[in-house]
Amino acid sequence: MSAVLAGMPKTDMSKAVAPAMTKAIAPSRGGRPWTFYVLATLFASYVIALYGPMFCIYILSFQDIRGGLVFPMKGHSLHWFVDLFTQVRTGDVKGSFDRSIKLAVIVTIITVVVSFLAGLGFRRRFRGDTFVFYMTIGSLVAPGLVLGLGTGLLFQALGLNASWYTSALGAQLSWTLPFGVLVMFAVMSRFNHVWEEAAYDLGASRWQSIWLVMIPVLAPGLVAVALFGFTLSYDEFARSLQTAGSLNTLPLEIWSMTLNVTSPSLYALGTVTTIVSFIVIGASLGAIVLIQKKRGSAAKG
Amino acid sequence: MKSDRGDIELAGVCKSFDGVTNVVDGVNLKIADSAYCCFIGPSGCGKTTILRMIAGHEDPTAGEIVIGGQNVVGLAPVQRRTAMMFQSYALFPHLTVRENIAFALRVRGQSKTDRLRAADAMIEKVRLTQFADRLPAQLSGGQQQRVALARAAITEPRVLLLDEPLSALDEQLRVQMRQELRRMQRELGITFIHVTHTQLEAIALADLVVVMEQGKIKQAGAAREVYARPHDRYVAEFMGGQNVLSGRVEKVNGASFVLGQAAPSGIEVPLQARSTVTVGDNVDIAVRRDDVALVRPGRDLPPGCTTSLPSRVLAIEYQGYFVKVMLDTVPDDEFVAYVPEKTFFADPFTVGDVVMATWATDSALPLA
Repeated sequence: MSAVLAGMPKTDMSKAVAPAMTKAIAPSRGGRPWTFYVLATLFASYVIALYGPMFCIYILSFQDIRGGLVFPMKGHSLHWFVDLFTQVRTGDVKGSFDRSIKLAVIVTIITVVVSFLAGLGFRRRFRGDTFVFYMTIGSLVAPGLVLGLGTGLLFQALGLNASWYTSALGAQLSWTLPFGVLVMFAVMSRFNHVWEEAAYDLGASRWQSIWLVMIPVLAPGLVAVALFGFTLSYDEFARSLQTAGSLNTLPLEIWSMTLNVTSPSLYALGTVTTIVSFIVIGASLGAIVLIQKKRGSAAKG
Repeated sequence: MKSDRGDIELAGVCKSFDGVTNVVDGVNLKIADSAYCCFIGPSGCGKTTILRMIAGHEDPTAGEIVIGGQNVVGLAPVQRRTAMMFQSYALFPHLTVRENIAFALRVRGQSKTDRLRAADAMIEKVRLTQFADRLPAQLSGGQQQRVALARAAITEPRVLLLDEPLSALDEQLRVQMRQELRRMQRELGITFIHVTHTQLEAIALADLVVVMEQGKIKQAGAAREVYARPHDRYVAEFMGGQNVLSGRVEKVNGASFVLGQAAPSGIEVPLQARSTVTVGDNVDIAVRRDDVALVRPGRDLPPGCTTSLPSRVLAIEYQGYFVKVMLDTVPDDEFVAYVPEKTFFADPFTVGDVVMATWATDSALPLA
């Protein structure tokens, strides 16, 4: 503020010119504006609110055998991680983890393929395209728990057994497909239609133009869709609750553990699942970077 | 046997996208083999649509497109043996220069070594050897254009179609790449069809200039013919370099007629073979801007000049080798004289001066 006042016009213009010049070059000589500190505080509290609870879990999972469910921290060891995979009473962690990963992979594949095809289909307008689009993303609005319940009821009415690879798969797709399609639209909007035309002009068949031009150009976007599909499925709870049948997925297993496991091995499970998530995200980002790097290095020759 | 000739004939070609208005409206045109043909017109005149129909990216609503004696309507670009260079070049962003150029051979199933060898030969032809492993994004506009040209030419098409190929380049590069296009056309010995909206580009390059307006051809001919002897007011004004005047015919005497105009004595115009005029007709005439001479009032007119129009100088622009003098000769139309630099500065005018605009009578051209 004082800097601004100092730069205010003085009656003698010839003297005022020089200080005015320095002011224009360094307008923030008086430090950052107060709004910076307000926004910085706001952001810091946001980050704490976002990651604080998770870090409580991670920290508490590294206690030793005396450990409890609340602070303060009692010793430090990997005891509860061992406990997690060896003790039967903690539940079927390994089995549910396997199922969740398999389910997430299936969901990812279906989501990527269907979203890509939808992206191809929606490049041009067609009769009823708006209706089809809203029908596709409509299920995002439906409450997951209700949708899962409905799926379970429908399977029962049809005399089918609910299981993680049938009813839960369908219920999860109702969640991942709309997301995948929306992301795909954003990805597709950056694809220049002229590239396809050029491929056709050079003699490429439809299949060749998809395989040699579209997919490579869109590859980073397709990885993003896959990442969406995987993470949405891997931690899906509401829709799976009534549709997974007798065998639990990992989120369901964790939930049931919160009801009957009273040791930090629950926290150890939280830490392990987070690590898996980060590995998947890291692998995806790595793939995108690799694709771009490959293009970059090919470019340098 | 497939013909290798690249002569093109358009017969009654129409195109309508909505079934109501014809974007291309009954176009008839013959383009000789190995010609350089430029389509020119304002945006929306249908020139790009014609190009895309010849290329096989658009089907005509009516009419025939014949290349080398074969009607190609309904055939894919590969079967037509045409290739197109797109306006923004449409280079594949994920492929290197070499892979871009080899793409057409790749989709034809050629082995990797064969197609890369062919691509390298083509890269040399367009002088891009040191950039062969770069991606399109790492090239300048001119280099990208050469890649696009090489990619289109590698399949040895008989017709190459260029959609505003120079519009993405800056002025200096445009002139340079223009030369290169012409050189490539001679080297390849194939028909080039080039769409542009720049008059200078068209007349500098083309053997055949086709001027279009609203889906119709207004005039097609050699560059010099279209520029110097425009058919009508539209072509004269669009190609530029002409002053267009209009008036009523007052008198017809033998080989010339007199147009009533601002000038007290009227404007004498030689009667051309193609125009028959009668007294009372409204006629447009064109006078080249560089044929107009400016004389101070009271001085003698140069030999051969019978018409002189009193005018006031509105503006003067120095253009280097000539000076552009804008005059108020005609009430509502532009009237411009291109005066050679040396002539102008021997006796320079200033804005507001009154001058007599005159020209050799036989250089006035009646328009259709």
